[in-house]
Amino acid sequence: MKKNKKKILIIGSSALKIGEAGEFDYSGSQAIKAIKEEGIETILINPNIATIQTSDYLADKVYFLPINVQFVEKVIEKEKPDGILLGFGGQTALNCGLELFKKGILKKNNVEVLGTQIDAIDNSEDREKFTSKLSEIDVKFPKSKAVATVNQAIDFASQIGYPVIIRIAFALGGLGSGVCRTKSEVQKLASKALSYSPQILIEEYLEGWKEIEYEVVRDCYDNCITVCNMENMDPMGIHTGESIVVAPSQTLTNTEYHKLREIAIRVIRHLGIVGECNIQYAFDPHSEDYRVIEVNARLSRSSALASKATGYPLAFVAAKLALGYGLFELDNSITKVTKALFEPALDYIVVKMPRWDLKKFKFVSRKLGSSMKSVGEVMSIGRKFEEALQKALRMLDNGFDGITANRLEIVFDNLEDSLLQPTEERVFAVAEAFRRGYTVNKVHELTHINKWFLYKIENIIKTESELKENKNRLSAELLLKSKQLGFSDRQIAKSTDSTEDKIYKRRVKNNIHPKIQQIDTLAAEYPAQTNYLYLSYNSQFDDTTIKLKNLITILGSGPYRIGSSVEFDWCCVITGKTIRERGYKTAMINCNPETVSTDYDEFDVLFFEELTLETIREIDAKINPLGFIISMGGQTPNNLSLKMDKAGLKILGTSTKSIDNAEDRSKFSSLLDKLGIEQPEWSQLSSVPEAITFANYVGYPVLVRPSYVLSGAAMAIASNDDELLRFLQKAVDVSSDYPIVISKFLANSKELEFDGVADNGELVCYAISEHVDNAGVHSGDSVLVLPPQRTYLETVRQIRRISAAIAKSLKIKGPFNIQFVAKENKVKVIECNLRASRSFPFVSKTLNRNFIEIATDVILGNSVEIIDDLNFNYDYVGVKAPEFSFTRLEGADPSTGVEMSSTGEVACFGNDFEEAFLKALISVGYRFPIKSILISSGTIESKAELLEAKLRFYKMGIKFYATVGTAKFMRAHGIQVETLFWPLKNKKPNAVDYIKSGKIDLVINLPKNFQEDELSNDYIIRRTAVDYKVPLITNRQIAMRLSEALALKSMDDLLINSWDVYK
Amino acid sequence: MPNKKAKLILEDGTELDGIQFGAANSVSGEVVFNTGMVGYPESLTDPSYHGQILTLTYPLIGNYGVPDHKILKYFESDKAQISGLVVSEFSESYNHWNAKENLGQWLERFGVPGISGIDTRHLTKILRERGTMLGKIVIDGKDVESYDPNHDDLISKVCPKETVEMGSGDKSILLIDCGCKNSIANNLVDRGLRVIRAPWNTDLNQFEYDGIVLSNGPGNPEMYLALSEKIKELFKKNVPMLGICLGHQMLARASGAKTFKLKYGHRSQNQPVKEKNKPNCYVTSQNHGFAVDLSTLPIGWESWFENLNDGTSEGIRHKRKPWMSVQFHPEAVPGPVDTQYIFDEFIKTLD
Repeated sequence: MKKNKKKILIIGSSALKIGEAGEFDYSGSQAIKAIKEEGIETILINPNIATIQTSDYLADKVYFLPINVQFVEKVIEKEKPDGILLGFGGQTALNCGLELFKKGILKKNNVEVLGTQIDAIDNSEDREKFTSKLSEIDVKFPKSKAVATVNQAIDFASQIGYPVIIRIAFALGGLGSGVCRTKSEVQKLASKALSYSPQILIEEYLEGWKEIEYEVVRDCYDNCITVCNMENMDPMGIHTGESIVVAPSQTLTNTEYHKLREIAIRVIRHLGIVGECNIQYAFDPHSEDYRVIEVNARLSRSSALASKATGYPLAFVAAKLALGYGLFELDNSITKVTKALFEPALDYIVVKMPRWDLKKFKFVSRKLGSSMKSVGEVMSIGRKFEEALQKALRMLDNGFDGITANRLEIVFDNLEDSLLQPTEERVFAVAEAFRRGYTVNKVHELTHINKWFLYKIENIIKTESELKENKNRLSAELLLKSKQLGFSDRQIAKSTDSTEDKIYKRRVKNNIHPKIQQIDTLAAEYPAQTNYLYLSYNSQFDDTTIKLKNLITILGSGPYRIGSSVEFDWCCVITGKTIRERGYKTAMINCNPETVSTDYDEFDVLFFEELTLETIREIDAKINPLGFIISMGGQTPNNLSLKMDKAGLKILGTSTKSIDNAEDRSKFSSLLDKLGIEQPEWSQLSSVPEAITFANYVGYPVLVRPSYVLSGAAMAIASNDDELLRFLQKAVDVSSDYPIVISKFLANSKELEFDGVADNGELVCYAISEHVDNAGVHSGDSVLVLPPQRTYLETVRQIRRISAAIAKSLKIKGPFNIQFVAKENKVKVIECNLRASRSFPFVSKTLNRNFIEIATDVILGNSVEIIDDLNFNYDYVGVKAPEFSFTRLEGADPSTGVEMSSTGEVACFGNDFEEAFLKALISVGYRFPIKSILISSGTIESKAELLEAKLRFYKMGIKFYATVGTAKFMRAHGIQVETLFWPLKNKKPNAVDYIKSGKIDLVINLPKNFQEDELSNDYIIRRTAVDYKVPLITNRQIAMRLSEALALKSMDDLLINSWDVYK
Repeated sequence: MPNKKAKLILEDGTELDGIQFGAANSVSGEVVFNTGMVGYPESLTDPSYHGQILTLTYPLIGNYGVPDHKILKYFESDKAQISGLVVSEFSESYNHWNAKENLGQWLERFGVPGISGIDTRHLTKILRERGTMLGKIVIDGKDVESYDPNHDDLISKVCPKETVEMGSGDKSILLIDCGCKNSIANNLVDRGLRVIRAPWNTDLNQFEYDGIVLSNGPGNPEMYLALSEKIKELFKKNVPMLGICLGHQMLARASGAKTFKLKYGHRSQNQPVKEKNKPNCYVTSQNHGFAVDLSTLPIGWESWFENLNDGTSEGIRHKRKPWMSVQFHPEAVPGPVDTQYIFDEFIKTLD
């Protein structure tokens, strides 16, 4: 039955966004490997330049182009593939594939859909078809009805009784879904949901029911297995992406487990899925009643998690099945002696914990519910639930040491509310409840969390009390018991008034160390041939000993979060690949199930473990590597450098002292002074009056920033004394251990990004990219262009000279990144990181020189060629653009500032800036042509500055709407415009109504100051635009560049070129 | 009452320290492991485990407690059949609507000791590498004689004393009980059959029936010569016959094939089997230490199912006669229910 294919097209998932993140880099990469192995040519479309799947060594051809029907159709016409895979790029790829099919494009071009067929996808995606399919085989689903109007929604809700849940078909991450307990809530949510989709679903809400998932695989011979089941600790009502999830299920009996398994197989057979899918259930905790919630007929976040949790490479196997293989023909790649047709037996428990960054957003609702807000996740492995739970909380890298005994405990003013109304802090509320003496029954009543989980959390709190009671006579038994329940040394120290180091020494003395455990898919029934490992204190023996000579350990980047995501995974994977090619062995430590770096075959040894000093030290003692590379995984490993150095661990590359000199604001500033390099005037905060004096001395606006933080957490621009006072307080809360720095903010200046590699202080290669947005927008949220388009040559020369001087003085040996601000050829340094940066994949892939490979060679001590002519030696342009997930973050203000808020990025190439820029914008959701624009352009200065753009748009025949002041200004300059009232003015025609009714194709809203802090008219316009999916521009430069680009280019001018055309 | 210190001692001298739960008496038996992640009440009452100390490789056991021991539908027989239980963590606190007591309390009711705090993964690897071994759970230092179930007539110990009739229907099945799991009988009854569940050592000539099912059971098939003779007699009747697990091994032996002891057996809910010469595969529940030697199958018989991992026999059938047997458990419980269709296949041969 094997398919005879020559060329297969794979659709990626584009930029990382909430609900669709790095897991699809994992699944796409595996699919490409699986297909290439068969000698079939692979073509990939994915504008996400930071991914591993778009590396030069995977797909035969990569198109950095938008994933929509227009572009994919053109690629199909050009490449003429004979097969297409739709299941490996998330909902984005699936939706695109459905549309390609419905428009007859696949048929016209003789492209066969491989794996699950379109009708099966459609039957699982279209709610009505789905439920009728389930009815055919007597499978239960929640009572529900598809409605098209708000009134129908209200009628049906009252018919089935409250609470009800509103859902949208074809949505990723449960977008726009929500629970409604009253008629007015239905009215509100239904009208919003109906703006996304012509059809919404009103459903019975199964409060308190368990939420269970199965990952199912089926081959074309109708062999069907379930690879993994998972249980959400948080019951129904909280999106599974927002839930703490365990694998395998912990509270199901045999009858229940196999009942759901049997239904899963029956459903998947009936739908006719070939490959991989996921089925979600609600399960009554008081009987064996169940409902099927949904089926995802594709690889998903859960399947990535299941792959890592079990060691079963679901994406790889799914790709082979799509080619017509039978499960029994494929090997179990862990044991190599058994087959892929089996269901893994785990002998450990896995805990998945979401990572939220809600505090980064102004006005965002922190309540968890049926739509997804988390930006990443971690997975921990242990042999007790308590152990895995506490490990997971540390892995989140949020500053927590576990569920309790933290350096900073969260204060719950109203604990019952915090238990009842889940936020991202609920698990800590549960711990707090037990500390306050709540019973398991009481906590269960409030949270509906299964008592089994609560008993375990209670056990942790009891053990904490035991530690406190025995602080002066901590026995080895109690020490071991605490370790077995997942307490870190720091937690034990906190509970016993000791220090982390003392507890560590005490452990060494009593020989209390974790043991290496192998993940082998068969619970030790067969020997594993891979080093897929974790550590546990609940074992008495190491499973295996790692005695590899020339072993180098790379620290991964931990959970994806705003400011650190797949780009660092690319860096780590490339580092590992390079090291292996140079004849060394590699070990990876990482804890993120959505990554390629946690595929057990990417490195010789994989520890699915915490990135904490305590764990790294234990691993070091066990595997004894030549050293650690900490410069590739972003800020998390970088922050460990001082501690690791102190603990005597060998760090490869740039020295710890240099890292500290660059990271510590004050030390770095002194260094710049010494080198005679300019920087914005700055001062280290010691008292509030001093800060105010300083700010008034240099003049507002000023930038407030703590050192050692990622993605500008708690960074802010203050325009006056009041704002300054407020931001200072916030900065102290975030980073109390490190100094806070205030610097002069240079408004209306240009920012430039320097990415380079130096070898013992000598510059080896570098790239200078230009921010399209002016200073004030976080570099991660800026549009980046390479080569610079509007920068003086002299500025570029200065940047090069300054960077070389810094590299020399810090004796940099490896990757580094410097951010510059430039105004009229005066160049100042803002920040310097002695590690790989977010833009390394972008510059490497644009310049076609792998900076990470070069940096790795430098770190290994290999000689490298010095390349100094890269920046002007190519005749195309790369543009990187951010993807925001504001739509999912209910209430969040969708404006950019010094604190980063984008969740992902894309980059596209073109023969000129305009071409690349438009492709990139389309990739992140802009839709062209634009026929109407709503403008409210802020201060009189920005109104004037934007005039040119307005005139240009006007010449293109675009219809203008504007708020009062802007309209007046435009008319005065001869532009016809229709005036709309501000949202808060209850007058018609109102700007909000126009956005909601789809009359606006683009909203340009320029905030009046840097840091709007109130729920203003502008906020409402921005938020409405985002809620109703209307493209939004909040930055003057972007608006201007867009007007220029649209004036110059039509959609036909956007060339369909693969990456190699630009090489 | 604080739980006592306990030791698991294997015949090769390995000693592992743990904590006692359940009954507090030392026991000996053959130490085996099962990698299933659910279904301890069902496994522990499976008579095939008679004489064995069972290690569960899933580290958290007891999470959902145990249902009322009087409600037989939750169990495979009326008591705990294992000699002892070895786990990593015994969850004293449990939660489930049908649970009546915790696993320790339930084991104690049947005088079966458990030992927790054992590195079960390490133990499993020992058994995998050195093979299944005799061993004992020693509680509070009170040693016991070792016991080798491989040389014992276990099926006579576990089969019931009385014949029972269950279900109703046009067709009757003689279910020869060698330590039969309740689920086998239930599967037949649920399919509209009258079932005569008779101890293997009773006079089988007294019954009228349309087909025979040979049940699962504990121990070494080589030991059961009398049963083998009985089966040879039954062949002469020419009625449809289905063997399950030990029943499969006995059917093979009676036909002239040989059995051998597997190094560490198949005890799990994820054993893949493939139908011979077809692409059809199934995930099955298994619990056996012996296997049929396929190279000794006599003329007239053919291999039906084989294990996808190690190629061992998972089912045989006669080329002309309605005789078939499977090594796995089509009745499941605990485990996947994918192969329940085997009962339907068997029933088709009754006409």
